Amino acid sequence: MSILRYAVYRFGTMLLTLLVVSALIFLIINLPPGDYLSNQIAELRASGQSAGVAKAEFLRKEYALDRPLWQQYLIWIGFIPGPQGFSGLIQGDFGWSFEFDRPVADIVGESLWLTVLVNLAAVLFVYLVALPLGVLAAARSKTWVDYTSAFVGYLGLATPNFLLALIMFYYGHKYFDLPIGGLMDPIYEGQPMTWDKAKSILIHLIVPTFVIGTSGAAAMMQRLRANMLDELGKPYVETAIAKGMSPPRMLAKYPLRMAFNPFVADIGNLLPSMVSGSVLVSVVLGLQTIGPTLLTALKTQDQFLAGFVLMFVALLTLVGTMISDLLLVLLDPRIRYEGRDA
Amino acid sequence: MTELPDGRYVDDEPFDPKANIQALERRDLDAPNRVLVWRKFKQHKLGLVSGIFLLFCYLILPFVGFVAPYTANERNSDYLYAPPQSVHLLHEGKFIGPFVYPTVAEADLVTFQWKFVTDTTRPMPLQFFCEGSDYHLAGLIPSNRHLFCAPEGATVFLWGSDRLGRDVFSRILYGAQLSLTVGLIGISVSFFLGIGFGSIAGYFGGKIDWVINRVIEILRSLPELPLWLALSAAVPSNWGPVAVFFIISIILGILDWPGLARSVRAKFLSLREEEYVRAAEMMGASSGRVIRKHLLPNFMSHLIASATLSIPAMILGETALSFLGLGLRAPAVSWGVMLNDAQNLASIEIYPWTAIPMLPIIVVVLAFNFLGDGLRDSLDPYAD
Repeated sequence: MSILRYAVYRFGTMLLTLLVVSALIFLIINLPPGDYLSNQIAELRASGQSAGVAKAEFLRKEYALDRPLWQQYLIWIGFIPGPQGFSGLIQGDFGWSFEFDRPVADIVGESLWLTVLVNLAAVLFVYLVALPLGVLAAARSKTWVDYTSAFVGYLGLATPNFLLALIMFYYGHKYFDLPIGGLMDPIYEGQPMTWDKAKSILIHLIVPTFVIGTSGAAAMMQRLRANMLDELGKPYVETAIAKGMSPPRMLAKYPLRMAFNPFVADIGNLLPSMVSGSVLVSVVLGLQTIGPTLLTALKTQDQFLAGFVLMFVALLTLVGTMISDLLLVLLDPRIRYEGRDA
Repeated sequence: MTELPDGRYVDDEPFDPKANIQALERRDLDAPNRVLVWRKFKQHKLGLVSGIFLLFCYLILPFVGFVAPYTANERNSDYLYAPPQSVHLLHEGKFIGPFVYPTVAEADLVTFQWKFVTDTTRPMPLQFFCEGSDYHLAGLIPSNRHLFCAPEGATVFLWGSDRLGRDVFSRILYGAQLSLTVGLIGISVSFFLGIGFGSIAGYFGGKIDWVINRVIEILRSLPELPLWLALSAAVPSNWGPVAVFFIISIILGILDWPGLARSVRAKFLSLREEEYVRAAEMMGASSGRVIRKHLLPNFMSHLIASATLSIPAMILGETALSFLGLGLRAPAVSWGVMLNDAQNLASIEIYPWTAIPMLPIIVVVLAFNFLGDGLRDSLDPYAD
């Protein structure tokens, strides 16, 4: 199977998964009894404001909330026509946020690419930190380098990252004068991209990247170290040393390449946990990503907003996993996948 | 044993130069598996220490009411945000046993905070096995006896007090009851589902396998935390703390099983081809019996090791949910609920002791990790 055909196949499975995921998400969001509007109607009735009730009833009809759940789902996705014809996720209509009284697309707007940016930066951080440290820990195993990195790694795994975020913010501000909170200076919010704005975002990214990436980097480092140690015991390493290769060159040329595969494949495990971590950290740090939006949407049962954010997060994860699978095939031609005649 | 004149010791047993020193002793060969595992586990010092520590932590859970000087929601309105007090032994160079200095709160009209002034002239010895506020030992036996408490007119806030003047040390002990058991309940749910689905998929194969495998893949590719958030947002807010606690731990378990199911399935795929399985099937054993009696015992120990490694994730998950206000809620006490108070930078800066609950979290999570590593390394005693 050529790489292209594999890519198409992988893309197909991703779409199918996304479909199942959308059903799952819709179900979970509708688990709590009632919805935003019926809660509002009950509240308005209780306080005797009948004027608002009519509007809420109208909105309920408008967004098909009075129909059975399975129809609501199909309308939301865009498979069957709703009150305004086909207008679901696949038609690019993300729905209406009742809480903010604005279209979902307006609310999430800029935060979508900021979410992608934060997660990309964190993935880069994981690789940049884990690669040298993992190799170093394996090459100098059972020395202080190894022990220190193992200790830091364990600590990184064990500290809840929202707490790490607070502590890093505090000390980062105290000693390095790093900015606190947000992803950019407030003056740049809603402004078009300029050089200064990009610089401000970069500086604000330091702490979140570190916080989101730490546990992933720790796990990745330990795995790379274990892989490298396996490879270092093999005869070809001994041969290379016996022939007089310098250790750094030898490491880079042979064992590292062998140990590298799982490193790339691992992104499938890494990404879901990092995306979840980033949602939590964004809430604590007040980043303008979709994390805080998700939390408010879930708390107020603002179902279209919550549904869209969850779908976006799932999409981000699935696309990342797909890219890692494709990379893996490019890296290692020996890997074959089902679909070829066995 | 004989001692030679030059101070060396020599064994009196007859020495057989022809004996094969490489041969294992009969005793070792016949030793049951658990003895061998235990012997190997003992070598893993970090794992052993962690195991003992965790055992101690869980054993103490029913008796926290006795150990803690205060009860979980006991308020001291005169001591809001009191800083940690230390227990002294020496007063002006004289030993008078463990005692505390009384503190008095004074309003600081510049910063508008309470300032706590320690009166170092009056040492007040701690009381032991004293009577304090009422609690239920192990949740059943009413009692009011505490291991130690503050003398009349003084307080003993070992780790300070919080926003409402509640003792952080006592609350950490009470919080352990929920925070530590969340992991256990969650892991039982995850174990049950993981072994169930994993073994069905691996043993029967075919269509069932395909379906279960897809479900596992989908669940594994989802970011966990947003799902946790969504599911716990679905918990009705009028439920009592105990019900919420159980639901939260079950939610944590429901999203954790796919990893376990995958490893169970992989093992079953290879094991079901073994001859002893065919023999059992030919003798008419039902599928359930083959799975339970012949297949599962083979790698139960591995499952336990991997379970130990996934408990920390649940403890951290509970903490994160409660921290965001979607998990356990006051008046329930858990480490996550306590950290809710330390949510902003101001409290980290002015009242750093409200963040102390993170220490037990880190220590327990590390201990579970080390214990899991130790178990994993020692469960196959025949490997080199």
